[in-house]
Amino acid sequence: MKKTYKIEIDCANCANKMEEATKKTIGVKDATVNFMALKMTVEFEEGVEAQEVMKLVLKNCKKVEDDCEIYL
Amino acid sequence: MNRKQRKVLVRLIVSIVLVAGLWITQECIPDCALYTNRWLTLALYLVPYLVIGYDILRKAWKGILRRQVFDENFLMAIATIGAIALEDYREGVAVMIFYQIGELFQSYAVGRSRKNISELMDIRPDYANLENENGEWEQVDPDEVAIGSMILVKPGEKVPIDGVVTEGRSFLNTSALTGESVPREVNVGDGIISGSINLNGLLKIRTTKEFGESTASKILELVENAGSKKSQSEQFISRFAKFYTPIVCCSALALAVIPPVVILLTMGGGNGLTTWTEWIMRALTFLVISCPCALVISIPLSFFAGIGGASREGVLVKGSNYLERLSQTKYVMFDKTGTMTQGVFEVKEVHAAEGITDISEDTLLEYAALAESYSTHPISKSLIAAYGKEIDQTRIRDVEEISGNGVLAKVDGVAVGCGNEKLMRRLNLPFAENTGVGTIVHVMIQNRYAGYILIADRLKETAGEAVAALKRAGMRETIMLTGDRKNVADSIAAELGIDKVYSELLPADKVSRVEEVLDRKQGKEIVAFVGDGINDAPVLSRADIGIAMGAMGSDAAIEAADIVLMDDDPLKIAKAIRISKKCIRIVYQNIYFAIGVKLLCLILGALGIANMWIAIFADVGVMVIAVLNAIRALRVKNL
Repeated sequence: MKKTYKIEIDCANCANKMEEATKKTIGVKDATVNFMALKMTVEFEEGVEAQEVMKLVLKNCKKVEDDCEIYL
Repeated sequence: MNRKQRKVLVRLIVSIVLVAGLWITQECIPDCALYTNRWLTLALYLVPYLVIGYDILRKAWKGILRRQVFDENFLMAIATIGAIALEDYREGVAVMIFYQIGELFQSYAVGRSRKNISELMDIRPDYANLENENGEWEQVDPDEVAIGSMILVKPGEKVPIDGVVTEGRSFLNTSALTGESVPREVNVGDGIISGSINLNGLLKIRTTKEFGESTASKILELVENAGSKKSQSEQFISRFAKFYTPIVCCSALALAVIPPVVILLTMGGGNGLTTWTEWIMRALTFLVISCPCALVISIPLSFFAGIGGASREGVLVKGSNYLERLSQTKYVMFDKTGTMTQGVFEVKEVHAAEGITDISEDTLLEYAALAESYSTHPISKSLIAAYGKEIDQTRIRDVEEISGNGVLAKVDGVAVGCGNEKLMRRLNLPFAENTGVGTIVHVMIQNRYAGYILIADRLKETAGEAVAALKRAGMRETIMLTGDRKNVADSIAAELGIDKVYSELLPADKVSRVEEVLDRKQGKEIVAFVGDGINDAPVLSRADIGIAMGAMGSDAAIEAADIVLMDDDPLKIAKAIRISKKCIRIVYQNIYFAIGVKLLCLILGALGIANMWIAIFADVGVMVIAVLNAIRALRVKNL
């Protein structure tokens, strides 16, 4: 399952860090952060609750970049 | 500018005024009590420093707490605090100010180009005029319109949903979709595509798709998601940034510690403190220079601008990786029908075979049209069109399509076969060899060879120019693939100046021809295949890069291809390649320029030749130049 979220982020490097952090989150199969379009596409593992995983993703992203926001 | 940016601007102005004031008074009245006391001076300079830098310091501190130490904020905080600690107050504050100017500029430039590009792609309709139960027109969200609803499009409005015109005639501006500025005329019965703008007449439209499946939505989705497929250059930069910052930090630390220790140990004596200050200052300069922002921001920005500029010209690119590959294209293979020719077939001649007296030419055409009436192939359509009468489906039975050969059927109980020479050979029938340029449909009636029908397709006006343009764009070979007969294919290839032509191919043969070229190409060369998206989805996906043309409204083509040309002008193939080359050129310029200048400054910094001011240029200046250069990728109109 793939979902796209709107994000808020200031710099391209931070977007890369967000992408890394999201990819490492449990339940996430793959993720891409599109800095220019301010969008993030997350592919989830089979059978996980996207909403729950995204909460973790947001937490992990906040850890690497305080100034980011994901609109769930 | 948004609120965040305005706030930074105000802070910038305040701190610049403060620093300037301090600087001037210090230069003019150096004996003033404020500047003779070291601590007092520090306190004075700390005011503008904190005004402009407090958020950077906070972020750096938070980074340390989260063990994410190696980022720009950390670099800047260390460099400026270091400078201030060494009593270089002005430099410390100035570095922070310039860093913020750079950040502000970057965020402004990115925001602007984001807006620019979304304005270019302003094809998203806001509402649809839907007919309600009382027969009145009501403005609703396009998402709420069901398939088959009647909608009204007034002059000046955007067509919200794909459909068919049921009433009215008008001219449509499709330039946002195709880059084509000549308006298109539509009449009752014509298909109409969302995103185009109704210019003069009132149009009633019966929708054929939901909003989410309509062309405008598909295109927007495609362009907005283009950035998620990253190019090699972008991947290189993210990997580069990941290793680069820690390496630079460690080198800076080494620069601050090792040389002074070595000097003090080997030379002995001397002024220990000045040696330390000198090398720590060099290390700090080194840190300021090293910031990777110029690369990290300008590369994705170049691709984003390139894709945006291309979409304005009616060239949709599905990802920056495809743009990158397109620029390395050396072999262009294309389909004939619908790509180089108009794909509109007309029956030119009907010939009864010698010795056939009982079947008139009209009957020949009638049987052929009926037998082919189930097929959607353009050839079949032309037969039906030439027949011109209503097709009575009850007269046809036992239709059997033989792929790449033709059709067998029973018409009025009579066995009829229509197809190419292969079909006749298969049926063991002698047939008339024909050298006329066009497609020949041989007709078998009741196990006799009855005659043939000559169908011709017209070349597109720009086809010849398109091949020449491809050559000029540096293509090694242009290759045409077609299922058509050899003499037709050869004469077209000769007329257009195409290097190589493979004719009489079945759909599967096209794939193997592409594979053949894939095998013999060298290194990074790329093989592109251009088709009209009908029947060639496997070839489109097998080639390194698949380009579908004339795809407006064809979901299958948009799905299968990597690059979609919205209109059917073959000149756009070369244009798309030129756009990609310009974009990639800019990407490489930025990579070489940024890394080159930084390396040079790093060396100069380590040697103590480059001071803090040069460091600021190497950081902010390079970034500004790289961003401005990246935005050039948007300008592709006259390419």
